[in-house]
Amino acid sequence: MGLRLYDYTLSGSCYKVRLLMNFLGLEYERVPVDFYPGREHKTPAFLEINALGQLPVLEDGALRLRDSQAILCHLANTYDPSGKWLPRDSASFGPVMMWVMFAGGEMMAASAARLHDALGYQLDVERARANAHVAFRILDDHLTERLLQGGRWIVGEHPTIADIACFPYTALSGDGGIGQKDYPAIRNWLRAFRRLPRFKAAPGIPEFA
Amino acid sequence: MSVTVDQIALNQWIVCAWMGQVAPGARRDTVVLGQRIRLTCLVDGALACHELAADGSAGRQLPLIQRYEMVFTTLGAEPRPLPEIAEFTESDRKIVNCGSVGVNTSPYRIIENFLDMAHLCFVHTDVLGSLDNTEVYSYKTEHRTGLDEVWATDCAFFQPAASKAAAVSGGGQLTHYKYRVMSPFSVMLYKNVYDEPDRDDVICVFIQPLGETQCFAYMTMAIVDANSTVGELIDFQQTIFLQDRVILENQRPALLPLATSAEIPTRADLSSIAFRRWLKATGIRFGILRAEAA
Repeated sequence: MGLRLYDYTLSGSCYKVRLLMNFLGLEYERVPVDFYPGREHKTPAFLEINALGQLPVLEDGALRLRDSQAILCHLANTYDPSGKWLPRDSASFGPVMMWVMFAGGEMMAASAARLHDALGYQLDVERARANAHVAFRILDDHLTERLLQGGRWIVGEHPTIADIACFPYTALSGDGGIGQKDYPAIRNWLRAFRRLPRFKAAPGIPEFA
Repeated sequence: MSVTVDQIALNQWIVCAWMGQVAPGARRDTVVLGQRIRLTCLVDGALACHELAADGSAGRQLPLIQRYEMVFTTLGAEPRPLPEIAEFTESDRKIVNCGSVGVNTSPYRIIENFLDMAHLCFVHTDVLGSLDNTEVYSYKTEHRTGLDEVWATDCAFFQPAASKAAAVSGGGQLTHYKYRVMSPFSVMLYKNVYDEPDRDDVICVFIQPLGETQCFAYMTMAIVDANSTVGELIDFQQTIFLQDRVILENQRPALLPLATSAEIPTRADLSSIAFRRWLKATGIRFGILRAEAA
Protein backbone atom coordinates (compact mmCIF):
# COMPACT_ATOMS: atom_id res chain seq x y z
CA MET A 1 0.00 0.00 0.00
CA GLY A 2 3.09 2.22 0.15
CA LEU A 3 3.14 4.10 3.43
CA ARG A 4 6.08 6.45 3.89
CA LEU A 5 6.75 8.42 7.07
CA TYR A 6 9.05 11.44 7.20
CA ASP A 7 10.25 10.90 10.71
CA TYR A 8 12.49 12.15 13.50
CA THR A 9 13.09 9.69 16.31
CA LEU A 10 13.09 12.22 19.15
CA SER A 11 9.89 13.94 18.00
CA GLY A 12 6.91 13.09 20.18
CA SER A 13 4.60 13.99 17.30
CA CYS A 14 6.30 11.48 15.00
CA TYR A 15 6.17 8.97 17.85
CA LYS A 16 2.35 9.21 17.91
CA VAL A 17 2.24 8.03 14.31
CA ARG A 18 4.81 5.27 14.86
CA LEU A 19 2.82 4.03 17.85
CA LEU A 20 -0.42 3.69 15.89
CA MET A 21 1.35 2.02 12.95
CA ASN A 22 2.85 -0.49 15.40
CA PHE A 23 -0.50 -1.15 17.07
CA LEU A 24 -2.10 -1.71 13.65
CA GLY A 25 0.84 -3.80 12.43
CA LEU A 26 1.37 -1.54 9.40
CA GLU A 27 4.57 -1.76 7.37
CA TYR A 28 6.02 1.56 6.30
CA GLU A 29 9.08 3.15 4.81
CA ARG A 30 10.83 5.48 7.20
CA VAL A 31 12.60 8.59 5.90
CA PRO A 32 14.74 10.04 8.72
CA VAL A 33 14.83 13.83 8.67
CA ASP A 34 17.75 15.64 10.31
CA PHE A 35 15.49 17.88 12.42
CA TYR A 36 18.28 18.70 14.86
CA PRO A 37 20.92 19.98 14.49
CA GLY A 38 20.50 20.02 10.69
CA ARG A 39 17.09 21.80 10.57
CA GLU A 40 16.37 19.79 7.44
CA HIS A 41 12.63 20.39 7.95
CA LYS A 42 13.21 24.08 7.13
CA THR A 43 15.15 23.47 3.92
CA PRO A 44 13.57 24.34 0.54
CA ALA A 45 13.52 20.65 -0.40
CA PHE A 46 11.49 19.73 2.67
CA LEU A 47 9.22 22.79 2.43
CA GLU A 48 8.13 21.31 -0.91
CA ILE A 49 6.91 18.29 1.08
CA ASN A 50 5.35 20.31 3.90
CA ALA A 51 5.03 24.06 3.46
CA LEU A 52 4.70 24.42 7.24
CA GLY A 53 8.16 22.94 7.74
CA GLN A 54 6.94 20.48 10.36
CA LEU A 55 7.20 16.79 11.10
CA PRO A 56 5.73 14.26 10.70
CA VAL A 57 4.52 13.90 7.13
CA LEU A 58 2.82 10.73 5.92
CA GLU A 59 2.54 9.66 2.32
CA ASP A 60 -0.06 7.04 1.57
CA GLY A 61 0.07 6.37 -2.15
CA ALA A 62 -0.81 9.68 -3.80
CA LEU A 63 -2.07 11.18 -0.55
CA ARG A 64 0.30 13.39 1.43
CA LEU A 65 -0.67 14.45 4.94
CA ARG A 66 0.92 16.70 7.56
CA ASP A 67 -0.10 17.09 11.24
CA SER A 68 0.20 14.06 13.49
CA GLN A 69 -3.44 14.37 14.61
CA ALA A 70 -4.72 14.33 11.03
CA ILE A 71 -2.43 11.39 10.26
CA LEU A 72 -3.73 9.41 13.26
CA CYS A 73 -7.30 10.02 12.06
CA HIS A 74 -6.44 8.94 8.52
CA LEU A 75 -4.64 5.76 9.56
CA ALA A 76 -7.36 4.71 12.00
CA ASN A 77 -10.07 5.55 9.48
CA THR A 78 -8.40 3.57 6.70
CA TYR A 79 -6.52 0.68 8.28
CA ASP A 80 -8.43 -0.34 11.40
CA PRO A 81 -11.37 -2.50 10.32
CA SER A 82 -12.28 -3.09 13.98
CA GLY A 83 -12.98 0.61 14.42
CA LYS A 84 -11.68 0.42 17.99
CA TRP A 85 -8.96 3.05 17.64
CA LEU A 86 -11.44 5.55 16.17
CA PRO A 87 -14.94 4.62 17.29
CA ARG A 88 -17.67 5.99 15.03
CA ASP A 89 -20.62 5.84 17.46
CA SER A 90 -21.80 9.30 18.35
CA ALA A 91 -21.19 8.86 22.07
CA SER A 92 -17.47 8.25 21.45
CA PHE A 93 -16.46 9.93 18.19
CA GLY A 94 -16.81 13.53 19.40
CA PRO A 95 -14.99 12.99 22.71
CA VAL A 96 -12.15 11.13 20.96
CA MET A 97 -11.72 14.00 18.51
CA MET A 98 -11.87 16.52 21.37
CA TRP A 99 -8.93 14.86 23.16
CA VAL A 100 -7.03 14.37 19.90
CA MET A 101 -7.26 18.13 19.33
CA PHE A 102 -6.26 18.77 22.95
CA ALA A 103 -3.11 16.71 22.33
CA GLY A 104 -2.23 18.84 19.29
CA GLY A 105 -3.12 22.08 21.09
CA GLU A 106 -2.82 22.70 24.84
CA MET A 107 -0.56 19.73 25.45
CA MET A 108 2.12 20.96 23.04
CA ALA A 109 3.35 23.30 25.79
CA ALA A 110 5.05 20.20 27.24
CA SER A 111 6.80 19.71 23.91
CA ALA A 112 8.11 23.27 24.02
CA ALA A 113 9.57 22.75 27.50
CA ARG A 114 11.28 19.59 26.27
CA LEU A 115 12.74 21.36 23.23
CA HIS A 116 14.15 23.97 25.60
CA ASP A 117 15.66 21.56 28.11
CA ALA A 118 16.84 18.76 25.85
CA LEU A 119 17.69 20.49 22.58
CA GLY A 120 18.59 23.97 23.86
CA TYR A 121 15.78 25.89 22.12
CA GLN A 122 15.60 29.46 23.37
CA LEU A 123 12.04 30.09 24.53
CA ASP A 124 10.11 31.05 27.68
CA VAL A 125 10.38 27.71 29.47
CA GLU A 126 8.66 28.83 32.69
CA ARG A 127 5.59 29.81 30.74
CA ALA A 128 5.70 26.57 28.73
CA ARG A 129 5.92 24.51 31.93
CA ALA A 130 3.07 26.45 33.55
CA ASN A 131 0.85 25.88 30.49
CA ALA A 132 1.79 22.20 30.42
CA HIS A 133 0.77 21.88 34.09
CA VAL A 134 -2.63 23.40 33.24
CA ALA A 135 -3.07 20.80 30.49
CA PHE A 136 -1.91 17.92 32.70
CA ARG A 137 -4.29 19.00 35.47
CA ILE A 138 -7.19 18.82 33.02
CA LEU A 139 -6.13 15.38 31.74
CA ASP A 140 -5.52 14.06 35.26
CA ASP A 141 -8.95 15.24 36.44
CA HIS A 142 -10.56 13.59 33.44
CA LEU A 143 -8.71 10.30 33.99
CA THR A 144 -9.69 10.36 37.68
CA GLU A 145 -13.33 10.78 36.69
CA ARG A 146 -12.97 7.92 34.22
CA LEU A 147 -11.46 5.76 36.94
CA LEU A 148 -14.45 6.44 39.19
CA GLN A 149 -16.66 5.25 36.32
CA GLY A 150 -14.53 2.13 36.01
CA GLY A 151 -12.66 3.21 32.85
CA ARG A 152 -8.91 3.33 32.36
CA TRP A 153 -8.73 4.98 28.91
CA ILE A 154 -9.53 8.54 27.87
CA VAL A 155 -12.69 7.45 26.04
CA GLY A 156 -14.46 4.09 26.18
CA GLU A 157 -13.29 0.59 27.00
CA HIS A 158 -10.49 0.30 24.45
CA PRO A 159 -7.55 2.68 23.93
CA THR A 160 -8.19 5.10 21.06
CA ILE A 161 -6.18 7.57 19.03
CA ALA A 162 -6.99 10.03 21.83
CA ASP A 163 -4.77 7.98 24.17
CA ILE A 164 -2.08 7.69 21.49
CA ALA A 165 -2.13 11.42 20.77
CA CYS A 166 -1.87 12.34 24.46
CA PHE A 167 0.74 9.73 25.39
CA PRO A 168 4.12 10.94 24.05
CA TYR A 169 4.40 14.43 25.51
CA THR A 170 2.86 13.31 28.80
CA ALA A 171 5.28 10.38 29.10
CA LEU A 172 8.20 12.62 28.08
CA SER A 173 7.31 15.50 30.42
CA GLY A 174 10.35 14.83 32.62
CA ASP A 175 12.57 15.66 29.63
CA GLY A 176 11.21 19.22 29.94
CA GLY A 177 11.56 19.43 33.70
CA ILE A 178 7.85 18.80 34.32
CA GLY A 179 7.29 16.40 37.22
CA GLN A 180 4.32 14.05 37.47
CA LYS A 181 3.97 13.77 41.21
CA ASP A 182 0.69 15.71 41.25
CA TYR A 183 -0.89 13.52 38.59
CA PRO A 184 -1.55 10.05 40.00
CA ALA A 185 -4.26 9.23 37.45
CA ILE A 186 -1.91 10.18 34.61
CA ARG A 187 0.79 7.93 36.05
CA ASN A 188 -1.62 4.97 36.22
CA TRP A 189 -2.77 5.62 32.67
CA LEU A 190 0.83 5.86 31.38
CA ARG A 191 1.60 2.53 33.04
CA ALA A 192 -1.44 0.86 31.48
CA PHE A 193 -0.54 2.30 28.07
CA ARG A 194 3.00 0.94 28.23
CA ARG A 195 1.60 -2.53 28.92
CA LEU A 196 -0.41 -2.59 25.69
CA PRO A 197 0.56 -5.36 23.28
CA ARG A 198 2.90 -4.09 20.52
CA PHE A 199 3.78 -0.97 22.53
CA LYS A 200 7.23 0.31 21.65
CA ALA A 201 9.18 2.67 23.88
CA ALA A 202 10.92 5.80 22.61
CA PRO A 203 14.15 7.38 23.91
CA GLY A 204 13.33 8.97 27.26
CA ILE A 205 10.50 6.53 28.00
CA PRO A 206 11.53 3.41 29.90
CA GLU A 207 10.21 0.16 28.41
CA PHE A 208 9.37 -1.34 31.80
CA ALA A 209 6.07 -0.39 33.35
CA MET B 1 24.54 31.60 39.23
CA SER B 2 27.99 32.96 40.01
CA VAL B 3 31.18 32.37 38.05
CA THR B 4 33.30 29.58 39.44
CA VAL B 5 36.61 30.48 41.07
CA ASP B 6 37.96 26.98 40.48
CA GLN B 7 41.21 27.47 38.57
CA ILE B 8 41.25 23.91 37.22
CA ALA B 9 37.80 24.38 35.70
CA LEU B 10 38.57 27.87 34.45
CA ASN B 11 41.71 26.71 32.65
CA GLN B 12 39.96 24.38 30.22
CA TRP B 13 38.83 24.92 26.64
CA ILE B 14 35.08 24.59 26.86
CA VAL B 15 32.69 23.97 24.01
CA CYS B 16 30.10 26.75 23.67
CA ALA B 17 28.52 26.06 20.26
CA TRP B 18 28.94 23.83 17.25
CA MET B 19 30.39 25.22 14.06
CA GLY B 20 27.59 26.79 12.05
CA GLN B 21 25.21 27.07 14.98
CA VAL B 22 25.39 30.87 14.97
CA ALA B 23 24.37 32.14 11.52
CA PRO B 24 26.16 35.14 9.96
CA GLY B 25 24.73 38.32 11.48
CA ALA B 26 23.26 36.41 14.44
CA ARG B 27 24.39 35.90 18.01
CA ARG B 28 24.04 33.32 20.74
CA ASP B 29 23.98 34.09 24.45
CA THR B 30 24.92 31.21 26.68
CA VAL B 31 26.72 30.44 29.94
CA VAL B 32 30.08 28.82 30.68
CA LEU B 33 30.97 27.90 34.28
CA GLY B 34 28.46 30.45 35.54
CA GLN B 35 29.77 33.22 33.26
CA ARG B 36 27.31 34.61 30.72
CA ILE B 37 28.92 34.94 27.31
CA ARG B 38 27.84 36.14 23.88
CA LEU B 39 28.96 34.58 20.62
CA THR B 40 28.61 36.95 17.69
CA CYS B 41 28.88 35.89 14.07
CA LEU B 42 29.80 38.71 11.71
CA VAL B 43 28.34 38.86 8.21
CA ASP B 44 31.56 37.37 6.80
CA GLY B 45 31.17 34.36 9.10
CA ALA B 46 33.90 35.33 11.60
CA LEU B 47 33.04 34.49 15.20
CA ALA B 48 33.78 36.57 18.29
CA CYS B 49 33.07 35.85 21.93
CA HIS B 50 32.65 38.26 24.86
CA GLU B 51 31.77 38.01 28.51
CA LEU B 52 28.42 39.57 29.35
CA ALA B 53 28.03 41.68 32.48
CA ALA B 54 24.91 41.53 34.68
CA ASP B 55 23.51 44.59 32.84
CA GLY B 56 23.95 42.81 29.49
CA SER B 57 26.89 44.90 28.32
CA ALA B 58 29.77 43.17 26.58
CA GLY B 59 33.00 42.89 28.57
CA ARG B 60 36.30 41.08 28.07
CA GLN B 61 36.81 39.38 24.72
CA LEU B 62 37.46 35.64 25.00
CA PRO B 63 39.61 33.47 22.74
CA LEU B 64 38.02 30.91 20.42
CA ILE B 65 39.18 27.70 18.77
CA GLN B 66 37.10 26.00 16.09
CA ARG B 67 37.88 22.33 15.77
CA TYR B 68 36.19 18.92 15.61
CA GLU B 69 33.02 20.70 14.35
CA MET B 70 32.90 22.53 17.69
CA VAL B 71 33.58 26.05 18.96
CA PHE B 72 35.63 26.23 22.16
CA THR B 73 36.37 29.13 24.45
CA THR B 74 38.13 29.53 27.79
CA LEU B 75 37.89 31.86 30.77
CA GLY B 76 41.39 30.94 31.96
CA ALA B 77 44.81 32.42 31.21
CA GLU B 78 46.61 29.11 30.69
CA PRO B 79 44.14 26.56 29.40
CA ARG B 80 44.99 22.89 29.12
CA PRO B 81 45.55 22.28 25.37
CA LEU B 82 42.78 20.77 23.29
CA PRO B 83 43.32 17.04 22.73
CA GLU B 84 44.63 15.73 19.43
CA ILE B 85 42.22 13.39 17.66
CA ALA B 86 43.92 12.23 14.47
CA GLU B 87 40.88 10.48 12.97
CA PHE B 88 39.19 13.80 12.20
CA THR B 89 41.72 14.44 9.42
CA GLU B 90 41.16 11.10 7.60
CA SER B 91 39.45 11.96 4.34
CA ASP B 92 37.24 8.88 4.00
CA ARG B 93 35.45 9.48 7.27
CA LYS B 94 32.07 11.08 7.77
CA ILE B 95 32.49 13.89 10.27
CA VAL B 96 29.16 14.14 12.03
CA ASN B 97 28.02 16.88 14.35
CA CYS B 98 25.11 15.56 16.44
CA GLY B 99 24.36 18.91 18.09
CA SER B 100 24.02 19.31 21.83
CA VAL B 101 21.67 17.85 24.41
CA GLY B 102 20.86 19.58 27.69
CA VAL B 103 21.45 17.42 30.75
CA ASN B 104 20.79 18.58 34.29
CA THR B 105 23.62 16.89 36.16
CA SER B 106 27.32 17.45 36.75
CA PRO B 107 29.69 17.01 33.78
CA TYR B 108 31.37 14.04 35.45
CA ARG B 109 28.15 12.01 35.69
CA ILE B 110 27.87 12.38 31.91
CA ILE B 111 31.46 11.22 31.45
CA GLU B 112 31.00 8.25 33.77
CA ASN B 113 27.86 7.18 31.97
CA PHE B 114 29.80 7.32 28.70
CA LEU B 115 32.57 5.17 30.20
CA ASP B 116 30.18 2.63 31.68
CA MET B 117 29.72 -0.60 29.72
CA ALA B 118 27.49 -2.30 32.28
CA HIS B 119 24.47 -0.11 31.48
CA LEU B 120 24.50 -0.77 27.73
CA CYS B 121 22.33 -3.86 27.82
CA PHE B 122 19.79 -2.37 30.22
CA VAL B 123 19.45 1.19 28.91
CA HIS B 124 20.14 0.53 25.22
CA THR B 125 18.54 -2.91 25.06
CA ASP B 126 18.75 -4.67 21.68
CA VAL B 127 21.01 -1.92 20.30
CA LEU B 128 24.22 -1.50 22.30
CA GLY B 129 23.61 -4.51 24.50
CA SER B 130 21.31 -7.47 24.96
CA LEU B 131 19.80 -8.95 28.10
CA ASP B 132 21.31 -12.36 27.21
CA ASN B 133 24.86 -10.99 27.22
CA THR B 134 25.30 -8.69 30.18
CA GLU B 135 28.87 -9.55 31.16
CA VAL B 136 31.46 -6.78 31.20
CA TYR B 137 34.70 -8.58 30.38
CA SER B 138 37.85 -7.66 32.24
CA TYR B 139 39.59 -4.57 30.86
CA LYS B 140 42.49 -2.31 31.75
CA THR B 141 42.75 1.31 32.80
CA GLU B 142 45.78 3.55 32.87
CA HIS B 143 46.75 7.13 33.54
CA ARG B 144 48.79 8.19 30.50
CA THR B 145 51.08 10.64 32.18
CA GLY B 146 52.45 12.27 29.01
CA LEU B 147 48.97 13.29 27.87
CA ASP B 148 47.66 13.43 31.44
CA GLU B 149 44.63 11.46 30.28
CA VAL B 150 42.76 8.44 31.62
CA TRP B 151 42.39 5.51 29.20
CA ALA B 152 40.45 2.26 29.41
CA THR B 153 41.68 -0.36 26.96
CA ASP B 154 40.95 -3.97 25.93
CA CYS B 155 37.25 -3.38 26.44
CA ALA B 156 34.84 -5.72 24.69
CA PHE B 157 31.07 -5.98 24.81
CA PHE B 158 28.53 -8.02 22.89
CA GLN B 159 26.27 -5.74 20.87
CA PRO B 160 23.23 -6.62 18.77
CA ALA B 161 23.47 -3.38 16.72
CA ALA B 162 26.68 -1.57 17.65
CA SER B 163 26.36 1.14 15.00
CA LYS B 164 24.12 2.29 12.20
CA ALA B 165 25.98 0.00 9.76
CA ALA B 166 25.82 -3.00 12.10
CA ALA B 167 22.11 -2.39 12.76
CA VAL B 168 21.39 -2.62 9.03
CA SER B 169 23.36 -5.85 8.75
CA GLY B 170 21.97 -7.58 11.84
CA GLY B 171 23.29 -10.49 13.87
CA GLY B 172 25.32 -8.75 16.55
CA GLN B 173 29.04 -8.61 17.21
CA LEU B 174 31.65 -8.48 19.93
CA THR B 175 32.61 -4.80 19.81
CA HIS B 176 36.07 -3.73 20.94
CA TYR B 177 36.32 -0.39 22.66
CA LYS B 178 38.93 2.01 23.94
CA TYR B 179 37.87 4.92 26.11
CA ARG B 180 39.75 8.14 26.61
CA VAL B 181 39.04 10.89 29.15
CA MET B 182 40.66 13.91 27.51
CA SER B 183 39.90 16.52 30.16
CA PRO B 184 37.45 16.98 33.04
CA PHE B 185 34.85 18.06 30.46
CA SER B 186 35.54 15.80 27.48
CA VAL B 187 35.60 12.11 26.74
CA MET B 188 35.75 9.94 23.65
CA LEU B 189 35.74 6.33 22.56
CA TYR B 190 37.23 4.25 19.79
CA LYS B 191 35.13 1.30 18.68
CA ASN B 192 36.04 -1.05 15.88
CA VAL B 193 34.44 -0.28 12.53
CA TYR B 194 31.68 -2.73 11.68
CA ASP B 195 33.33 -4.31 8.60
CA GLU B 196 36.92 -3.06 9.01
CA PRO B 197 38.21 -4.49 12.31
CA ASP B 198 41.56 -2.70 12.01
CA ARG B 199 40.01 0.74 12.12
CA ASP B 200 38.06 2.52 14.82
CA ASP B 201 35.05 4.76 14.68
CA VAL B 202 35.48 7.77 16.91
CA ILE B 203 32.74 9.27 19.06
CA CYS B 204 33.46 12.32 21.22
CA VAL B 205 31.44 14.09 23.88
CA PHE B 206 32.43 17.64 24.74
CA ILE B 207 30.60 19.11 27.70
CA GLN B 208 29.64 22.73 28.27
CA PRO B 209 29.02 23.15 32.00
CA LEU B 210 26.67 26.12 32.38
CA GLY B 211 26.71 25.56 36.12
CA GLU B 212 27.78 22.72 38.38
CA THR B 213 24.75 20.55 37.61
CA GLN B 214 23.56 22.02 34.32
CA CYS B 215 25.28 20.99 31.10
CA PHE B 216 25.04 20.80 27.37
CA ALA B 217 26.65 17.64 25.99
CA TYR B 218 27.85 18.02 22.38
CA MET B 219 28.51 14.91 20.34
CA THR B 220 30.78 14.80 17.34
CA MET B 221 31.92 11.72 15.45
CA ALA B 222 34.37 10.58 12.78
CA ILE B 223 32.80 7.46 11.30
CA VAL B 224 33.83 5.02 8.59
CA ASP B 225 30.52 4.23 6.92
CA ALA B 226 30.03 4.76 3.22
CA ASN B 227 26.38 3.74 3.20
CA SER B 228 24.55 5.59 5.98
CA THR B 229 23.55 9.21 5.53
CA VAL B 230 24.66 11.80 8.06
CA GLY B 231 21.01 12.14 9.06
CA GLU B 232 20.81 8.42 9.84
CA LEU B 233 24.04 8.52 11.87
CA ILE B 234 22.75 11.48 13.90
CA ASP B 235 19.41 9.77 14.44
CA PHE B 236 21.15 6.66 15.80
CA GLN B 237 23.39 8.60 18.18
CA GLN B 238 20.68 10.95 19.46
CA THR B 239 18.42 7.99 20.19
CA ILE B 240 21.16 6.53 22.37
CA PHE B 241 21.82 9.80 24.11
CA LEU B 242 18.18 10.53 24.94
CA GLN B 243 17.93 7.05 26.47
CA ASP B 244 20.86 7.97 28.73
CA ARG B 245 19.57 11.42 29.55
CA VAL B 246 16.55 10.30 31.57
CA ILE B 247 18.77 7.99 33.63
CA LEU B 248 21.45 10.63 34.14
CA GLU B 249 19.01 13.24 35.40
CA ASN B 250 17.76 10.82 38.02
CA GLN B 251 21.18 10.03 39.51
CA ARG B 252 21.65 11.37 43.05
CA PRO B 253 23.58 13.23 44.16
CA ALA B 254 24.02 15.15 40.91
CA LEU B 255 27.37 16.44 42.14
CA LEU B 256 30.05 13.77 41.94
CA PRO B 257 31.28 12.32 45.23
CA LEU B 258 35.02 11.63 45.29
CA ALA B 259 35.27 10.02 48.72
CA THR B 260 35.93 6.34 48.14
CA SER B 261 33.27 5.41 50.69
CA ALA B 262 30.50 7.39 48.99
CA GLU B 263 29.54 4.96 46.23
CA ILE B 264 30.46 1.31 46.04
CA PRO B 265 32.01 0.32 42.73
CA THR B 266 32.18 -3.14 41.18
CA ARG B 267 34.86 -4.67 38.99
CA ALA B 268 33.10 -3.30 35.90
CA ASP B 269 33.53 0.25 37.27
CA LEU B 270 37.31 0.21 36.92
CA SER B 271 37.23 3.11 34.47
CA SER B 272 35.09 5.18 36.82
CA ILE B 273 37.51 4.48 39.68
CA ALA B 274 40.45 5.59 37.53
CA PHE B 275 38.55 8.67 36.41
CA ARG B 276 37.64 9.70 39.99
CA ARG B 277 41.17 9.10 41.21
CA TRP B 278 42.49 11.32 38.41
CA LEU B 279 39.87 14.02 39.08
CA LYS B 280 40.84 14.02 42.75
CA ALA B 281 44.51 14.41 41.84
CA THR B 282 43.75 17.46 39.66
CA GLY B 283 42.30 19.17 42.74
CA ILE B 284 39.16 20.27 40.90
CA ARG B 285 36.26 21.32 43.15
CA PHE B 286 33.76 22.53 40.54
CA GLY B 287 30.90 20.01 40.23
CA ILE B 288 32.27 17.87 43.05
CA LEU B 289 30.17 16.95 46.07
CA ARG B 290 31.26 18.95 49.10
CA ALA B 291 30.84 18.35 52.82
CA GLU B 292 32.04 14.80 52.71
CA ALA B 293 32.94 14.78 56.38
CA ALA B 294 33.43 11.35 57.89
